[in-house]
Amino acid sequence: MAASTSPPPESALPAPPESPAALVSQSAATVVDVAGLGRSRATAFVAPALALIAVFLVFPAIWTLYLGITDYRLTGRSARAPEIVGLDNYTSALSDPRFGNALWLTLLFVFGSAIVGQTVLGFTLAWTLRTAGGWVRGLVETLVLLAWILPSSVVAFLWIALLDRDDGTLNTLLGTGGTAWLVEHPMASIIVFNTWRGTAFSLLLFGAALGTVPPSQLETARMAGASVLAQLRDVVFPHIRGHVLTNTLLISLWTFNDFTPYLITAGGPNRGSEILPVYVYNVAIFDGQLGYGSAISLLMLLVNLVIALFYLRLLRERRS
Amino acid sequence: MSERERSQRERGARRAGRPAAPRGGAGTGRAPAAPSEERALTGGSAGTTVRHALGRIGFYTFVAVVTAFFALPMLWLVAAPFDATPGLTPSIPDFTMRNFRTLRDNPYALASLRNSILLALGTAALALLCGALAAYSLSRVRIPGRDVLLYLLLLLSSIVTGTAAMVPIFLLMFQLDLIDSRAGVVLVLTGGLLPAAIFILKDFMDSMPRSYEESARVFGASPLQILRDVVVPVTRPGLATIAVWAVVNVWGNFLIPFILLLNPDKQPAAVVMRTFYTEGGQPNLALISTFSLVFSIPVVAMYLFVNRRYGFRFHGGIKA
Amino acid sequence: MQRCTLTRSLAAALAVVTLAATGCLGSKDATDPNRGSEAKDVTLTIGLNAIAGGKNAAEAEWVTKYLIPMFTDHMKQQGINATVRFQPSGVDDEQYKTKLALDLKTGGGPDVVSLDGIWVGEFAEAGYIRPLEEIAGDAVEQWDGWAQIPETVQQITTFDGKRYGVPAGTDGRVLFYNKTLFARAGLPASWQPTSWDEIVAAGQKLKAAGVPAPIQINAGTAMGEATSMQGALPLLVGTGAQIYDQDAEKWQGATGNVEQMLGLYQRIYGGGLGDRTLQLQAKGRDKSFADFAAGKIGILLESDYFWRSVIEPKAGIAPMKNRDQAVGYAKIPAVRAGSGLRGQDFVSMSGGGGRTVNPNTKFPQQAWELLAFLNSAEATKALLQGNARITQRKDVNTEVLRADPMLKFIADEVLPLTAYRPGLAVYPQVSVALQQATADVIAGKQPDQAAVTYQATVEKAVGGSEHVATS
Repeated sequence: MAASTSPPPESALPAPPESPAALVSQSAATVVDVAGLGRSRATAFVAPALALIAVFLVFPAIWTLYLGITDYRLTGRSARAPEIVGLDNYTSALSDPRFGNALWLTLLFVFGSAIVGQTVLGFTLAWTLRTAGGWVRGLVETLVLLAWILPSSVVAFLWIALLDRDDGTLNTLLGTGGTAWLVEHPMASIIVFNTWRGTAFSLLLFGAALGTVPPSQLETARMAGASVLAQLRDVVFPHIRGHVLTNTLLISLWTFNDFTPYLITAGGPNRGSEILPVYVYNVAIFDGQLGYGSAISLLMLLVNLVIALFYLRLLRERRS
Repeated sequence: MSERERSQRERGARRAGRPAAPRGGAGTGRAPAAPSEERALTGGSAGTTVRHALGRIGFYTFVAVVTAFFALPMLWLVAAPFDATPGLTPSIPDFTMRNFRTLRDNPYALASLRNSILLALGTAALALLCGALAAYSLSRVRIPGRDVLLYLLLLLSSIVTGTAAMVPIFLLMFQLDLIDSRAGVVLVLTGGLLPAAIFILKDFMDSMPRSYEESARVFGASPLQILRDVVVPVTRPGLATIAVWAVVNVWGNFLIPFILLLNPDKQPAAVVMRTFYTEGGQPNLALISTFSLVFSIPVVAMYLFVNRRYGFRFHGGIKA
Repeated sequence: MQRCTLTRSLAAALAVVTLAATGCLGSKDATDPNRGSEAKDVTLTIGLNAIAGGKNAAEAEWVTKYLIPMFTDHMKQQGINATVRFQPSGVDDEQYKTKLALDLKTGGGPDVVSLDGIWVGEFAEAGYIRPLEEIAGDAVEQWDGWAQIPETVQQITTFDGKRYGVPAGTDGRVLFYNKTLFARAGLPASWQPTSWDEIVAAGQKLKAAGVPAPIQINAGTAMGEATSMQGALPLLVGTGAQIYDQDAEKWQGATGNVEQMLGLYQRIYGGGLGDRTLQLQAKGRDKSFADFAAGKIGILLESDYFWRSVIEPKAGIAPMKNRDQAVGYAKIPAVRAGSGLRGQDFVSMSGGGGRTVNPNTKFPQQAWELLAFLNSAEATKALLQGNARITQRKDVNTEVLRADPMLKFIADEVLPLTAYRPGLAVYPQVSVALQQATADVIAGKQPDQAAVTYQATVEKAVGGSEHVATS
């Protein structure tokens, strides 16, 4: 476990900066090539990843986007001879009231389950469990992880069993037999479901991130009599600021494109939970209309871009 | 506490698989505090003891609620595999081990788990390797437009993991003659995971103090040596997170292995899971629930192993 | 130095993938039916949506244990060394379809493939499959098996008047009812309604006797194609019209037939005779099976699959131990006597799949021989392994269905009345429009309003109103 070129003891290093804020601004302002990489070696380091990404990600993605301006289908006449239809797919999608409905529901879904649900629960768990006893932490982490690992088709059965109208576990526990949760409260159901499903990633990431917070600073704050909230605000957050935003961005993106709720509500009663991935499936993919599906995927990507830019703005603001 | 007591406690904690408690303190108000130390530090007034007792109650309540929240939906999964005729809702099982025997006799079930492991470990290894290299150089060297590029790649990865891209991916792999090849699947999956992996790893590397690398440079280490011996140990939590995340993603991925692999001997478990349906599309709940249990075991085991060995909680500096 | 090699390899990679972009969206041409017919060493692959231990496991076993050894022997007797491989699949129909389309498009795929009858049209239009005669020549026309397959069943794999494959069996839809519940409601144990009014009346009696969901006819979009096949379409043909008129080349719009069909939905679900919420659930169909098995549903419109694989006492997924005594079946009536399709009193809908020869095969003659072999009377019987199923061949049916009264009933009385879905590429979208119409009606909309919305959707899907009938 010891490094072969063990760094000198802490006393030999320059004194650590006074405040966490200064530390962060230092690393942001000076992107110092401390390892002496140099441009060419840096490029060589990036090359394998770049090659893989260029061939297996960028190329198919651009091809898919190209399909968005055609009427390409997997089967049927348009499969043999697809034609370029320009922006027809886009105008169809944008003028479809279902698209607007799906977009709104998706934003709700992302806000409720990713931003509020997974991030808050994941962080709270990571913070609480870091000083918990061995078996407690093991149990909670295993359960949280299991929720993430189980395949989507199985998880769908689990939640349908939980929320079943007649014999579901929830109804039996609460004594509310006869309530079809998935039909009467579809969005609430899938938001809670997705929180349950995805918290593991936030837990993992925040757990790792909290590990980079120097314990000495936490101790100092505690000794100074700071409350938990103040500790979090002044000591922890500055260190994991970047991680919080990264995590939120990633899980927002993933939740935005998550198709699993379809297996639980099939788009909800009368499109009550028809989020964008379900919408794409219902109007395009199930029928093999890949051209139309690709167009909607591009629209989804543009919305994701707006969200990403929003986060990027937040990150820049905080850094300055 | 004396230095010796402190290091003893840390060693004991590490042996028990827990992270070393923060030096000098007993953690936050919520964590279970060693009462004697607390009283010694804070002067031992009744008010603070009550507050800490409340904190402990709060902690345990919170953990209990979270455990219940995550465990409740899994009730079905605990009952159904042992039930001869499981239904859509959990019920007292008509106990039998027959389902497990059926699974063992299924020619593809267990072999598919092996395939899943191969694909998952292969993708995780490749993603870690290329991702770590790329993240490090992107973090340390100013390459123009890297942030924008990274965000763009991240967005494109959401297209490629959707169903709209399946035709381009298939045709691409066909041209590269990588159809029916597990290596091909690994390449495609890695390509899709790399942007997010680089994104997360770069965060960890950004927040790692440069002092260690500077010192290593002073001692004459080459960039690769620095990467291997200084950076990797310090960012171990981030690397472990990516490894787990990559494995979980590949483990549950159905679409790519399904369309790229022809021979069912090469198919991973996520694909074989989808064959446990009747010709009319009705699920064979007995087999599905049993296989899900078996399906989750390798991943949970791997997570616990990584956690114990490498730990997601790693306090700032390098400890021998 | 490193940068140069890097750039070069990147350029090479880019070149490869640019080549991939060219000519990758079209398909291949047909070639000579007699290619490879003189070969003494032949390799064939047969691909089915079946897998050992999973979906259609019996069929997978049949291929590996019976078909391949028997066919290899058969070829050996002709002095040909044949290697036959099985390519199993076993996934959901939609995913199988996607994969098959991708394989065929790139010139690959097994030599003999199975596909659902409903895909024949779109695959043919895409050029993925071709008429059997084009692929294998005269040998197809001369096969004696055609005489054993009824004309109506042959429709499954016929498109544009040409034979694209050999059907692999079919099914029929009937009304299943719970005799125990019927007895409680004072209804006869052997019940055969002759009009829709009688169905509704029976439902009302069941409701009075306390049955939670007297009638279950699939509705809504959650059940997908099951709503069309076990709901809208059988009812529609009961009003006298098919969803697509082949001769007039018109799809049903907001016609009187469609409105009448939706009217029955309104009577059932608006009158409390059906479980509205069940139709809205994601696994509603599975749940309806479980509910029927548990005695909560009185009458259920389903295909013989329900009898054979769902409530089957030994191996069913929602088994009913007393199925043979407690469950009855009746033909689906038209609105009233004589108002059904072709002037029938009773109607039904059928589906089914088939198998065809891959146009990209290297050995068309031998592949056709394999296809004909697996459709022979002996092979078809061997597939059944003693179970009763409705096969595509009349001779086999007469033999094996003797022992199973329910399937015999379907083969003798239901199949002659049945209709099939049009195998056109645009059908799935029309089907979704139908499902949505039923969803609207059970949500409270009036049938004529729902029909108007339905017509608008269909017109958009088929590209214009010239192909949509409005009366």
